[in-house]
Amino acid sequence: MKVFSLEVLAGILNTTVGLATPFLYAALGETFAQTAGVVNLGVDGIMLLSAFAAFYAALTTGSLWLGLLAAVLVGLAMGLLMSLVSVTLKAEQGVSGIGLYMFGMGMSSLLFKVLIGTVKTIEGFKPISIPLLADIPFFGPVLFSHDILAYGAFLLVPASWWLLEKTGLGIRLKAVGHNPAAADSVGISVDRVRYLAVCIGAALAGVAGASLSIAQLDLFQDNLTAGQGFIAVALVYFGGWRPAGVLAGALVFSVANSFQLWMQVLGAKVPPSLAVMFPYVLTILALTVARNRARQPAALNKPFERGE
Amino acid sequence: MDWGKIALNLLMSLAGLVVALLLGALMLLALKVDPLKAYAALVEGAVGSTFGLTQSLVKATPLLLVGSGICIAFRANVVNIGGEGQIIAGALAGSSIPLAMPGLPGWVLIPLTCLGGFLAGSAWGFLPGILKARLRVNEILSTIMMNAIALQLMNLLLQGPLMDPEGIAKGTFLAQSAQLPKSVWLPRLVPQTLLHAGLIVALVLAFVAYALLWKTTIGFKIRAVGLNPSASRYSGINVPLYEALALTLAGGFSGLAGSIEVIGVQHRLMEGLTSGYGFTGIVAALLGGLHPIGLIPASVVFGGLLVGADKMQRSVQVPSALVTAMLGLIVLFVSGASLWAARWSRRRASGRAIESLARDEAESSAHGAGASAYGAGAEE
Repeated sequence: MKVFSLEVLAGILNTTVGLATPFLYAALGETFAQTAGVVNLGVDGIMLLSAFAAFYAALTTGSLWLGLLAAVLVGLAMGLLMSLVSVTLKAEQGVSGIGLYMFGMGMSSLLFKVLIGTVKTIEGFKPISIPLLADIPFFGPVLFSHDILAYGAFLLVPASWWLLEKTGLGIRLKAVGHNPAAADSVGISVDRVRYLAVCIGAALAGVAGASLSIAQLDLFQDNLTAGQGFIAVALVYFGGWRPAGVLAGALVFSVANSFQLWMQVLGAKVPPSLAVMFPYVLTILALTVARNRARQPAALNKPFERGE
Repeated sequence: MDWGKIALNLLMSLAGLVVALLLGALMLLALKVDPLKAYAALVEGAVGSTFGLTQSLVKATPLLLVGSGICIAFRANVVNIGGEGQIIAGALAGSSIPLAMPGLPGWVLIPLTCLGGFLAGSAWGFLPGILKARLRVNEILSTIMMNAIALQLMNLLLQGPLMDPEGIAKGTFLAQSAQLPKSVWLPRLVPQTLLHAGLIVALVLAFVAYALLWKTTIGFKIRAVGLNPSASRYSGINVPLYEALALTLAGGFSGLAGSIEVIGVQHRLMEGLTSGYGFTGIVAALLGGLHPIGLIPASVVFGGLLVGADKMQRSVQVPSALVTAMLGLIVLFVSGASLWAARWSRRRASGRAIESLARDEAESSAHGAGASAYGAGAEE
């Protein structure tokens, strides 16, 4: 296969869509939490434990949908835990998030070793070719032959935009994120809205984990996510707390990663560690050039207490 | 020093530990393991034998170093999640320097290696620090990315220039460096164990970190920045500079931990040398009340917990990942409880911090020294 052919380009772009899927779920979810003023740094931990839950449920029941449900429930439970500590108890969010991460990482590894033991694979969600659209040359294979979770991830972008910009819930999220005291004074329960935002985000992080373990890799192993949850948090900053910005970030990031993977497959003489390092360097650079700080929720990372 | 506050912190830490152990017991019950038996194995592994006890101290050494750095960073209100990467950076320097200059005598080579480790770690902390200072890049995210970069850099070097020539000759290609010259090995404190002189270095540096934070102008400014950035700014402190400095110092301490781990325990660079110390160090620092002296007992407890977890894994077949999960719970509880308490006293203190800063200013113009006014207000 020639390195610069149309097939390779289509392959790179197709892989990009797959790679972007977990980032989109996790980062769009985190966008909700951060819009309401809560940085949930434990996304990676939620993804890990949910990925395990999805895999284990699918393995034992044979139903991928039950797997997905398990992932969402685990995500919600961890979202509640994070809310309890960060919203009710007003913990320093950077620290409590790291606690949640360590809990998810340790717990998923513990349960994996006790309940499954060795790395097994399952039949995950299969790609669905959309009739007619999938036959379009070049774009068909790139865009219209993915698994259901990948389609869902891309549909979530406009859905999130609509929810944040066009609904009362979106306005309340922004109100408690930008000016919790004002929101409080007009009778919005800051804590309740923040709980909701963190839990929506955590449930979506759960789907992100499931998309890794039962749709893309079809297996579970220790530290399956390899820090993708943290990159997802970075994408929210990069995307300027806007779904479209998050999408752009996820695509840039995934296309770079996909290119790197394809170069390895095609036998380019790049040391693997250098290639793996590349996305992280890219993330730091992306954070450096992100110029969206004016859009940052003013009360981001600040617990709310009445009478401050 | 406010003894009531120290007692409160201690109580919080103990409560956090007890709650985590109770939840751990519930997890053990769910796994159909007798919690008493498991915890007995844990304690026995940690303190039940001379070797166990010394191993606990061996693991406490990097925790104490990393944690001291974490205390400095946290005092400036900078969250350093980059311990892992900074340890690796220090370990890279700590192995490259002796390998490059094997002929030097130990009394030159050991300090040189430690200095190299400190500087390498500092560099790894400086970069996120300066990005935060200049471009307001969130340091939590950048330090996490720096961890991944350091890890891959180490893999790259272990697959290439640093790979053990013996492994290449034998065709095993193990991802580890050659053994370091014996002159750089730290002396053992107890024969037949791994306990090395690094523990003393770590203890001394915990006191240095304490003195830096509470007995110098730099430390005073670091704490002022952490307590109340806007008041600090108005009193003329260059806030971003001190945030970057705190992160650089934190990196240096972790880097030193990395180089000491290499010349004290492994005597070569190998994969997995950080063993999560960068994260566990955060937990230890939190439980030590973000105070380098409180950190000393906390490091020993967590060193023991890590050693005991291995024993528990062997004797009652509970994966040591249980301890990682428990550490996470401890962080959640302690951050939920003690930082809340700290915030209350911080609010009381911030008003006084401004006063004492003003006094500091006045005295420094009067005496030209300005290092005398550690007002009780900023005492945390």
